[in-house]
Amino acid sequence: MIDSKIREQLVAIVGNENYDDTISGRLVYSYDATPNHQELPDAVISPKDKQDVCQILKVCNLEKIPIVARGSGSNLCGGTCPVEGGIVLLFKHMNQLLEIDKENLTVTVQPGLITQDMIKQVEAAGLFYPPDPSSMKISTIGGNISENSGGLRGLKYGVTRDYVLALEVVLPNGEMIHTGGKLAKDVAGYDLTRLFVGSEGTLGVITEATLKLIPKPESKKTMLALYQDIEAAARSVSQIIAKRIIPTTLEFLDKHTIRAVEDFAQIGLPTDVEAILLIEQDGPPEIVARDIQHIADICRSEQAVDVTVAKSDEEAEKLTTARRTALSALARLKPTTILEDATVPRSEIATMVKAINDIAIKHNVKISTFGHAGDGNLHPTCLTDVRDKDEMERVEAAFADIFAKAIDLGGTLTGEHGVGVMKSPYLEWKLGEAGIAVMKGIKEAIDPNNIMNPGKMFAKELKKRVVIGE
Amino acid sequence: MTTAREREAIQHDFQTKMNEDELLNCMRCGFCLPACPTYIESGMQEKYSPRGRIALMKAVKDGLIEPDEEVERSLDLCLGCRACEPVCPSGVKYGELLEDARDIINQNKKHSLPVRMLRKGVLDGLFPHQNRMINVSSLLGMYQRSGLSKVARKIGFMELFPESMATMEKVLPSVPKRKEMKHRLRHFEPDIVKKATVAFFTGCLMDTMFLETNQSTITLLQKVGCEVVVPEGQLCCGALHGHSGEKEKAKQMAKQNIEAFEQVQADYIITNAGGCGAFLIGYDHLLKDEPEWADRAKSFVSKLKDISAILVDLDFHHQHLRLPDQIVTYQDSCHLRNVMRTFDEPRTLLKAIGGVTFKEMEGADRCCGSAGIYNIVEPDMSMQILDHKMEHVKETKAATIVTANPGCLLQMKLGIEREGLTGRIRAVHIVDLLLEALN
Repeated sequence: MIDSKIREQLVAIVGNENYDDTISGRLVYSYDATPNHQELPDAVISPKDKQDVCQILKVCNLEKIPIVARGSGSNLCGGTCPVEGGIVLLFKHMNQLLEIDKENLTVTVQPGLITQDMIKQVEAAGLFYPPDPSSMKISTIGGNISENSGGLRGLKYGVTRDYVLALEVVLPNGEMIHTGGKLAKDVAGYDLTRLFVGSEGTLGVITEATLKLIPKPESKKTMLALYQDIEAAARSVSQIIAKRIIPTTLEFLDKHTIRAVEDFAQIGLPTDVEAILLIEQDGPPEIVARDIQHIADICRSEQAVDVTVAKSDEEAEKLTTARRTALSALARLKPTTILEDATVPRSEIATMVKAINDIAIKHNVKISTFGHAGDGNLHPTCLTDVRDKDEMERVEAAFADIFAKAIDLGGTLTGEHGVGVMKSPYLEWKLGEAGIAVMKGIKEAIDPNNIMNPGKMFAKELKKRVVIGE
Repeated sequence: MTTAREREAIQHDFQTKMNEDELLNCMRCGFCLPACPTYIESGMQEKYSPRGRIALMKAVKDGLIEPDEEVERSLDLCLGCRACEPVCPSGVKYGELLEDARDIINQNKKHSLPVRMLRKGVLDGLFPHQNRMINVSSLLGMYQRSGLSKVARKIGFMELFPESMATMEKVLPSVPKRKEMKHRLRHFEPDIVKKATVAFFTGCLMDTMFLETNQSTITLLQKVGCEVVVPEGQLCCGALHGHSGEKEKAKQMAKQNIEAFEQVQADYIITNAGGCGAFLIGYDHLLKDEPEWADRAKSFVSKLKDISAILVDLDFHHQHLRLPDQIVTYQDSCHLRNVMRTFDEPRTLLKAIGGVTFKEMEGADRCCGSAGIYNIVEPDMSMQILDHKMEHVKETKAATIVTANPGCLLQMKLGIEREGLTGRIRAVHIVDLLLEALN
């Protein structure tokens, strides 16, 4: 509950229409796309501008009220679930594209802008913003930056982090800082821009961002390679990279995922194969043609049963769009879908795919796998039912094994979805005690009252690492 | 107002009657948000989005919140356009959840006396009785023909009504004479070699206020080689009842319609109103708990086709079609598009007309705000949606807006009137335009 005096102060800042503490108004911001997490905030506030944000944070810092910044709530780590109540901050009034700078090739935006809307405007200007998380048609730039989102084009172009040049951030004490600039080079002090990217709202509130743009590639081609052997598909991925070809996109889908996606999208995906690779290359036409030919040859030599190239841009677009629906489409199969995004060095992709299958069998759970195989980022997705307590325990055990295996292979717990509440109990497995201590030190220095998205990143109870085989 | 006791009853029914699997099927990815007109028009308020509404339904079921005024408001403001369904990768049947929730709320709520009278009068007394529909429509026709309508407008009588209704009164089509509505023919031979036998679902409004469009539909069917039967005993599809929380009444009407159409051995059942078609196609779900009806409903549903779909199937677009040179745009009927999944066919037909430059308007797939009786019960949101729609219409510079559902047609006429474009832009039902192009 927010004390009536504090409520008055907050309402005075944003106005009545931007302060909602009705029960239904709070309920609809009690969740995000992460299954099994729901907690009511005490109020939902929509700041009109950055000055409002400063004032709100000052009040909350003084009164020690938790603040959860929320874009569209499409994240998959419980990142915007207000687990300790407090205030959910919405950015519906701060959703403008402020400037496309064609001389410096940058775009400056407010955090509430929808990723795809920005991409469309940027491309209309002949420029290109590569990070393309599957949720981009609804995700916001603020959310992408806070979660350091990846996407289908990460293999060749990197992730959100690689495109953030400058940030305007309001700190918990209400002070505003500006990091970076429209600069290709900048070593003035610690790289605070990178610190805030992927900080999951635990350090401050991003109120403006300047992003790097690149020239739009001249052309692109999209192809599908079909396999009857899931590990052959994974081997093809490693082979393509080993042969020094870096495609834009190199996506893997197993048979359950293919069927679920086809069931929804109905674009004629083959449903009688064990796995497919969706591959895209962009650049000058002659190079694209050459690469696509090479990739097709590699796939065939690794027992692809068929390789087809999309005949038109529309057909290609349909394929990538369908791929973006994979997780939600899998959700049609069972009441609950829990997905992870363990990531390994790409040379280990075939090993990891095999390990996931073995782990599923060991724990008697159903796991479908798809993901950005090219960058080693897989999305093993467990199809289950939250109401089945016994199975849920097995699912958790299976994921613990997957995390452990990924780390053993030199990988990580999460490639692009973030830690949030979902992976915080496991974070120490990756970072070690000393690593966590450094992060905690940073957190305490910037947010001593722990008001910024509390309950995320640092778990109250850590999972004990059990060595596989014991 | 909903009393505490009513809330308790509603909550209880949510717990026992709402489909938990379907509620859980929503994985809250938010892919539906950009497709939802009320989410966009409300300034991106989650409680007016499909994901938010499902979360509210689930929270009421889970006992997390009470079904208070705000919850009802959230559901009331839903257009029921179902644009969220085709974009939902998980395949959540939002329309069914909405109908169930509305039914539970309505059945447990004691409406105020005027509302009760109106609901009873209209939903029980009028729509299920085609002869009464004819009587009421002919009253309207008399009002129009007698000059009363002009007098009413002159003395400002209509100003006593909300602005949208007053404008609506001006744009209503001229109602045919009672005699024409009462004595309709029931059997029509094909003009060419017979290709199929079709049973025509006339619809309650379509067979009164829009009788001419129904005649055009039959003519077109004859032209492409259909023997057309208009089964007796059919009545309103029940959509109005289903959408406003009168499920039992809707079931009765569904059964009567199924029986009426079983009298005819038809290859297809044809509708020319997206709103009716979408409700008819849900008869199998509506009657799923009644074993003696389930199969009969399935058989009925499997024969259902929109007029534009059968015209394309039977190559109507290869006939010689010609209109004076003009730009034409098409406003999807939400239910035809999102539920019947028919959206390419009308466009194929329009593009086949010589002289027509077909121009797609931005957001043609988004609701126009008509949504059954939504424009009467939620005039503010409806008019806000319509005004934005008309901006997109104007961008196309179209002379003709084509629709495929009576509600959308009236709403577009209303939009033209509100924008002061009467005489410069016209709105027509697709079959009327096709017949015009054929002549």
